[in-house]
Amino acid sequence: MTSLLECRNLTKRYENKTALSDINLDLTAGHIVGLLGPNGSGKTTLIKLINGLLYPTEGSVRVKGHEIGVESKRVVSYLPDHMFLNDNRKIKYILSYFSDFFEDFDSAKAYEMLGRLGIDSEAKLRTLSKGTKEKVHLILAMSRRAELYVLDEPIAGVDPAARDYILNTILTGYNEQATILISTHLITDIENILDEVIFLQHGQIRLHATVDEIRQREGKSVDTLFREVFRC
Amino acid sequence: MAWDLSSDRPIFIQIIERIQMDIVSGKYNAGEKLPSVRELAAEAAVNPNTMQKALSELERTGLVYTQRTSGRYITEDEAMIAGLREKLAREKVTEFLESMKRLNYQPDEIVPMITEREETQ
Repeated sequence: MTSLLECRNLTKRYENKTALSDINLDLTAGHIVGLLGPNGSGKTTLIKLINGLLYPTEGSVRVKGHEIGVESKRVVSYLPDHMFLNDNRKIKYILSYFSDFFEDFDSAKAYEMLGRLGIDSEAKLRTLSKGTKEKVHLILAMSRRAELYVLDEPIAGVDPAARDYILNTILTGYNEQATILISTHLITDIENILDEVIFLQHGQIRLHATVDEIRQREGKSVDTLFREVFRC
Repeated sequence: MAWDLSSDRPIFIQIIERIQMDIVSGKYNAGEKLPSVRELAAEAAVNPNTMQKALSELERTGLVYTQRTSGRYITEDEAMIAGLREKLAREKVTEFLESMKRLNYQPDEIVPMITEREETQ
């Protein structure tokens, strides 16, 4: 099977500090993958490399065989770990902006999700709470018909009920051929919806396995294993 | 409401057990159509590929079967379902006897306790 995402000997150094070291990773279509690791392990660096916000020091990243650029961005929907929208705009304006910008953006789906979460599209973004802003950002990312979704800490600031709704939306709403890469610390909440997990440690892949392989082999949850591997 | 799955055992095995229980307990009848993989995955709040794997395994044992165009069905073989029911019941009895053994009860003490419990219900 050809890779949707392919990292070869991927290395990123910031001056003297090595953030990612010789990463080799293949993700195929149709999977939900957890990117797990302690703070500073290289998760966000990897995500930024996939989205062209950083360039590799050595090695390469490819999406569907393309170098990172216009062709890769067409099929990758990226949710950064920080807010990036103009706070003074109404949500409906932001939606039309996304709709103009991305040809795969599904406005109807975005409105439906806003409705389900009780978010008024006439509201200006700055009038919303932090958690509600995060929901808006996630809705925007998930409303594209992308092939690879890259979500950096998507549910951290969201209450548990909305988290359930969002995870359910991910399960029912995404195209079966799409792959979702989610970085998170909230392993327990998403463990059951993941196919596979990647543990990053000191910029290297410590483990890449399916959730059921880990449970079968270790007799424990991914969350428990994480706490053991990364015990402080 | 998501299915209540324990966090230390493989998810697909727990899904298999849950669906077996649903068949034996009559939530699904013989010959009945199962919801789609996606619907079941959403109901259970598990990954669709994991649900698919569990259903394939159930198919391999013959408990469910696929009709190429119209979806997945529970077997019409009532004897097979009855056999599964008995197998699951025996497993429960074994588990129960093991816990009673840990409490230091002998089989001849256990039977009167069960009878007494049934009578007081």
